[in-house]
Amino acid sequence: MEGEVISAVGILWRSLLLGAIIVLVVITGFAYTTLYERKVLARLQHRVGPNRAGYIPIPRQGQPERRLLGGFMQPAADAVKLFFKEDITPSYVDSNIYTLAPMISVFTAVMSLAVIPWAGPINLFGLELPYVAIAPGLNIGVLFILAVTSLEVYGIVLAGWASNSKYAIMGGIRSTAQMISYELSMGLTLLVPVMIAGSLSLNDIVLAQGERGWFVFLQPLAAIVFFIGALAELQRAPFDLLEAEQELSSGYNVEYAGMRFAMFFMAEYMNMIIFSAIWVTLFWGGYRGPFIDQFPLLGVLYIFLKIAGALFLMIWVRASTPRLRYDQLMNFGWKVLLPLALVNMLVTAVFLVLAEGL
Amino acid sequence: MLDHITAIAQGMAVTLKHFFLPPVTYQYPEIKRPVRYRFKGRHELKRYDNGLEKCIGCALCAAACPADAIFVEASENSDDKRFSPGERYASTYEINMLRCIFCGFCEDACPTEAIVLEHNYELSFTDRAGAIYTKEMLIVPVPEKGQPTPQVVESGQFNRSIPDMEDPK
Repeated sequence: MEGEVISAVGILWRSLLLGAIIVLVVITGFAYTTLYERKVLARLQHRVGPNRAGYIPIPRQGQPERRLLGGFMQPAADAVKLFFKEDITPSYVDSNIYTLAPMISVFTAVMSLAVIPWAGPINLFGLELPYVAIAPGLNIGVLFILAVTSLEVYGIVLAGWASNSKYAIMGGIRSTAQMISYELSMGLTLLVPVMIAGSLSLNDIVLAQGERGWFVFLQPLAAIVFFIGALAELQRAPFDLLEAEQELSSGYNVEYAGMRFAMFFMAEYMNMIIFSAIWVTLFWGGYRGPFIDQFPLLGVLYIFLKIAGALFLMIWVRASTPRLRYDQLMNFGWKVLLPLALVNMLVTAVFLVLAEGL
Repeated sequence: MLDHITAIAQGMAVTLKHFFLPPVTYQYPEIKRPVRYRFKGRHELKRYDNGLEKCIGCALCAAACPADAIFVEASENSDDKRFSPGERYASTYEINMLRCIFCGFCEDACPTEAIVLEHNYELSFTDRAGAIYTKEMLIVPVPEKGQPTPQVVESGQFNRSIPDMEDPK
């Protein structure tokens, strides 16, 4: 009886410690994702990107000094700027919900971090972990992610509604419609790795990919549909209708200023990281890579590289594609993506049943 | 459907190709792009080779200025205190850079080619008073062989406002 209590406390401590580390890492990661996006987007457009805030000067004779790592302090500069900006609350807003909305956004973003496996089994301060995640005991990771990412829309739609402004509410409503449409096809493709692995746990899906090869090779269509769905869910180009600058100036966050605005930004970029993490976990082998069985902590490096690759793909798509019109968005979601996801799931299910029968 | 996908792939290929090309950005404060020879930047008041100012204070530039940016006040030259050839020189010469439109009409109007729009375009100031460029700011330094103004000269040497002197380009 006593032993159980101790282990329960131990599990709590472990989760808190791991949670603190992972959330801090992802928040730093968010800051550097903004820099990564600005830099990569700049290079895709023949620009240099931010390179003034923080660099390592290397003097050269007779020439201007060479500057390495230009811009690596840019996120800090941005954060300081946003912190010291005036926090404006317009007089016509519903102030409680107006305050709550950015918090919901960040909260849901952080919450989905709980189930993502970052590395293989390790021994952390005398506690055996089956794999590195904040909540390794949660064996319904995929379901949890579906639930939490659906909550994400509340932050946006409440922000739009509470702002009491036409652009904000248009942005909020657009995002709701878009998220409902694309979540369907995304959810259906999420089921494909679940069916193949036979488990809702993300770690089991990763392990199954260790046995059968990455699911992106088995299910390329599902991987692509999930990626497109994720782009729509994240409201990134070409699905960034809710913040269509030309039409809505900025969408749901138009009435926000200072750190509250930054919180929406934070939620957006953390969701980018999280969706990339889910995508690579489901389809690109997650934390698995060469020598992972000998050195489980290498998984952190592998998933980091894979997330960086997925983020690059998102930025690359943003640099290459124009924004869809609203009817095109709905047509594409309901008439192309959803049938594709459905057929893909059904065919996979039939194949799996046939394979079991053999 | 298929041509849509190929179109997207083509577009993505183009952007990826450009990812590996060098950026076209000039790192401005460190590396300055040279301007064209006839670029119209900040004005300069020129001097002759011997150091005398070309400006004779005639205020034709002020008359020609469509933005009314130039203010000229002339004073008498004497052989003991000679600033420019001829009777008069510009004792005050001010250009309000908030008003100047860099049209170059002053350049055209000048009978002695004293005012020239040169290649400096870095004109920043933090208050309105700083926008008024005085004669001290506009006049070029004294050339190597010349003397600073005012000069003491022999009587009768610089009687004409537009003398037959080499143009010190």
